[in-house]
Amino acid sequence: MRFLLGYGSCGIASGADFVLEGLNEVLKSTEYSVEKVGCNGLCFAEPIVEIIDDNGNSTLYGRLDKESAKVLAEGVLKGEMPEGNKFTDAELNFLNSQKRIVLSGCGKVNPESIDSYISMGGYNAFRKALEMGSDKIIEEIKASGLRGRGGAGFPTHFKWQSAKNSQSDEKYVVCNADEGDPGAFMDRAVLEGDPHRVLEGMMIAGIAIGAKMGIIYVRAEYPLAVKRLQLAINELREKKLLGKNILNSGFDFDFSIMMGAGAFVCGEETALLASLGGNRGMPVTKPPFPAQKGFRKQPTNINNVETFANVSWIIENGGSSFAEMGTENSKGTKVFALAGRVKRGGLVEVPMGITIEKIVFDICGGIIDDADVKAVQMGGPSGGCIPKDMLSTPIDYESIAKTGAIMGSGGMVVMDENTCMVDMAKFFMDFTSKESCGKCVPCRIGTTRMLEILERIVDGKGTEGDIDTLMELAESIKTGALCGLGNSAPNPVLTTIKYFKDEYLAHINEKKCPAKKCTSLISYTIDEELCKGCSLCSRKCPNNAISGEIKKPFSINSELCIRCGQCIATCKFGAIKIESGVK
Amino acid sequence: MSCELKSKIKSIVEKYSNPSESLIAVLQEVQALVGYISEESVKCITEITGIASSRILGVASFYAGFRLKPIGKYRIMVCMGTACHVNGGERVADTLRRVLGIEAGDITEDGLFSWEEVACLGCCSISPAMMINDTAYGKLTSEKVVEILESIKEQEAQK
Repeated sequence: MRFLLGYGSCGIASGADFVLEGLNEVLKSTEYSVEKVGCNGLCFAEPIVEIIDDNGNSTLYGRLDKESAKVLAEGVLKGEMPEGNKFTDAELNFLNSQKRIVLSGCGKVNPESIDSYISMGGYNAFRKALEMGSDKIIEEIKASGLRGRGGAGFPTHFKWQSAKNSQSDEKYVVCNADEGDPGAFMDRAVLEGDPHRVLEGMMIAGIAIGAKMGIIYVRAEYPLAVKRLQLAINELREKKLLGKNILNSGFDFDFSIMMGAGAFVCGEETALLASLGGNRGMPVTKPPFPAQKGFRKQPTNINNVETFANVSWIIENGGSSFAEMGTENSKGTKVFALAGRVKRGGLVEVPMGITIEKIVFDICGGIIDDADVKAVQMGGPSGGCIPKDMLSTPIDYESIAKTGAIMGSGGMVVMDENTCMVDMAKFFMDFTSKESCGKCVPCRIGTTRMLEILERIVDGKGTEGDIDTLMELAESIKTGALCGLGNSAPNPVLTTIKYFKDEYLAHINEKKCPAKKCTSLISYTIDEELCKGCSLCSRKCPNNAISGEIKKPFSINSELCIRCGQCIATCKFGAIKIESGVK
Repeated sequence: MSCELKSKIKSIVEKYSNPSESLIAVLQEVQALVGYISEESVKCITEITGIASSRILGVASFYAGFRLKPIGKYRIMVCMGTACHVNGGERVADTLRRVLGIEAGDITEDGLFSWEEVACLGCCSISPAMMINDTAYGKLTSEKVVEILESIKEQEAQK
């Protein structure tokens, strides 16, 4: 009998420590102990415990706290599988309808134990790769059709081949783990939940291109990932799987970790290299490509976390098995981080070619409160909003690009009818204008000007030519910026104008926010029929905007009201309404 | 300049074979030591390594992870990621602004709290979220934020 506790950042934030306490109280006098594993991606039901019985059967329990964890452990010790907190079949469908390669170890393997990874076949691919040698490895990667999972989708074998072709005694493999796309957490989950899978992929890349050093550039905001990576590297060194002449193969390799300091633009290869060198992360023109002149001016191969996490599977199972999954030009699987207004948010790994609709509705159970879906945002600040009637778009690099969004790194934020699309465009433009490194004038000034216009529009001060000016600025930024950040910065604005122009027009011409979201364009009122005069809202109002006599309908002073929503959250009678337009 | 600070920074710098290349890591350690990148610590790094203070400040001001102002004993980071935004993250920021009476990046007079807006914390499934020092809090409402702040204040008052 095994007790596995999801102990990733999300699990801990949801109270995994209390569950651990509860389980330990019951298990302390027994032969069993709790194994901490990474996030299994069922984020919507954290904290999670998986019980695996002696026959290998697994039962999942979610939404636990200290008390329910104790009840669970007591039940299991008696040989029962308690019903309380057990996952429903619909919830299990979330997991069962996925195809997991990158996430296969997340929630299964103990991320703080190399033995646990090895017992599941870990580092077999590395051993095989040592025998295969460089050319055969690259051939397999080519046969697999693997493309970069960071967003742009560049063929991986091509990068490896050019780094291999560059002549130098000193080469580097760099893992881009600077997951900066807001709304994306796939890489965090893999690094926290299965760090060895990424390291193994990097080591195989090292054999392929002839590098002796691997560098992981990881976000400082992911302290648990950094800790587990460091632990994993230490364990590898102890097992002599790192260092000189590994397994008597003549291959030398070692790792170092560099913590990023918080700059979205560092996801761009040349900016990342500048940052690795201790400088401001500003992109430079290519060529020379990193494969020719990268870190320390030496040939460097940079891939994303998820790309490396696919490598060991491909080497072990063969490139052709990988290529059997997916579509003609997009092979294998892709991990998505589902968040926003979706019922079951979390990590979803699916074969390429599946539709967005299938992910949102069949796997994730649809929209919270069964509201109407309005759009799905893909690709973060570089991507776009895909509207409801286009959710049957299959997930592959080209089809997604046709909508105006991009595949991106895998963030998928679901929006319902209460999401204002102009506000979303403003949100992303605010992000990119702050993250623009400032090198190229069109990006630095253009994003700021676009943001100013969007701010005016949501504030009810939009004017007739605003949409045209936005489009014009977007075009100049797209063509005039050097790097991917600038080239793609206007995408969120362009896609929302393309698919939700009526919302822009409502803000500009009618001074109304159809989603009732933009605070300058809405007012809160109390329905006199429904209000019982209980005064609860008035007591909760942080700005003393609500007044009235007990047992008589209350009223809201629009000038004092800051539209924080506190009253709506507290009213038991649903008496407080949001009205479009300002009173 | 305090000799103590200089010798501490010196021992940080000495860990790196190439401090210029490892400038970001050096600054991260200095920030962990001092709490922020102070003018004095920049001077120390320059004196020890010879790296121009303009370059050090250039790097420190480029990255969101470096602070040029001190932080509170409780450093509150409000997630400004997409999922948090869709689920009402700005209310968390509004509440902090209102209750603490300070803008993002500032520190309360008693030195107890400072708050800042940060890019995605990667806790999207429990959005809207914030982190106080190393602890993440999720599914926040204005009320919950106030409760969390109150409980910290209470804890501190008892000390």
